[in-house]
Amino acid sequence: MITALGPVASELGANRVVRGVKIPHPCGDPSLDPSGDHKLRVGLARAALGALATKLEAAAMFDRLMS
Amino acid sequence: MSALRVVHYVNQFFGRIGAEEAGDHPFTVKEGPVGPGIGLQKELGEAGTVVATFICGDNRAATDLEAFGAELERALREQKADVLVAGPGFNAGRYGLACGEACARAAAMGVPAVTALNAENPGVELYRKKTYILPTTPTAVGMNETLGRLARFAVRIGRHEDIGSPAVEGFYGKGVHHTRILERPAADRALDMLLARMTGATFQTELTLPPVDHVAPAPPIADITKARLAIVTTGGIVPKGNPDRLKQSNSTEWKAYSIEGVDGLEAGKYESIHSGYDGSAANANPNYVVPLDALRELEKAHEFGTLYQRYIVTTGVGTAVVEARKMGREIAADLKTQGVDGVILTAT
Repeated sequence: MITALGPVASELGANRVVRGVKIPHPCGDPSLDPSGDHKLRVGLARAALGALATKLEAAAMFDRLMS
Repeated sequence: MSALRVVHYVNQFFGRIGAEEAGDHPFTVKEGPVGPGIGLQKELGEAGTVVATFICGDNRAATDLEAFGAELERALREQKADVLVAGPGFNAGRYGLACGEACARAAAMGVPAVTALNAENPGVELYRKKTYILPTTPTAVGMNETLGRLARFAVRIGRHEDIGSPAVEGFYGKGVHHTRILERPAADRALDMLLARMTGATFQTELTLPPVDHVAPAPPIADITKARLAIVTTGGIVPKGNPDRLKQSNSTEWKAYSIEGVDGLEAGKYESIHSGYDGSAANANPNYVVPLDALRELEKAHEFGTLYQRYIVTTGVGTAVVEARKMGREIAADLKTQGVDGVILTAT
């Protein structure tokens, strides 16, 4: 799950949470230039892939991965 | 005070029609009390008379609650019922749904209604907001005691008496707030609770939050490079113009839209209809909520297998937990049949 409300998501039972940017734009940052913004989004998507492939005993938070 | 006209709903088993083989028994009306209705009549005493018993097979009722409800409404009108008692349905799933539907229908047409179900009965979560449901044992072992509580409650609602809070009256909370004037202002009461909490003393909250489901983390995807993934969002991103009229809040449904051959969500072709956040950034770049462009790039780079050809959307704002749970189950079931291995859920 990618969301800017990571702690709320965890508290409510989401086990694999990727920290998103902001509530209205969890997967991007309009204040960045288009290329930086795109890189950010790819990093978030990559973190989500990592989360799906990670064995967990309990809920965990993941941060975006930069290439 | 004249005796209340009480109507009692039971299934085929308690209505003495038969067991599972009679599950399709049609909705029938019998004069006077039947089965547990005899005990109910004893408990009611002179305050009420069980004028009729409605009986319907569990399969018949639960497979078409709409038709069952319509028949029940008609019969309730004919009986000029003052109050409806359903069950008790204990932890019987289909019976619990029928009891809940019966009471919800009655209440909606202005006939006070009450049933009794075990906390584990799915009918509790589905109908607690629409009717009074008293707790009971999982099996009929608690029948006599439950009939007593049902009878007393039925008399009170039948007489339109004031019903207090769930904690005091002993029914499952309906989630309805009533305005009451209390002697001590809210600030004083809140500070008392805070002090009690800090000193480890017991206190009674005035706002009970719904319990949260915690599930064990699913096992990881063994080989992400071969996995089929789907994007699901609660962020309300829909094709421009919202062709299916997805609700902007209090969502009860979800939609799936094709992204076959699409490399990213283009501004102007998609929009956010979610009423709970400022959609301007998402409208300018819908990938901010549905990160399709990034996932296509990672798909092409073989960092995972393939992206499922549709994305799934609902609006997560003011959505009731019971609806969210229903949608979650439906979406998971749908994606499973499509051979999806994992989901990336984005939430605003």
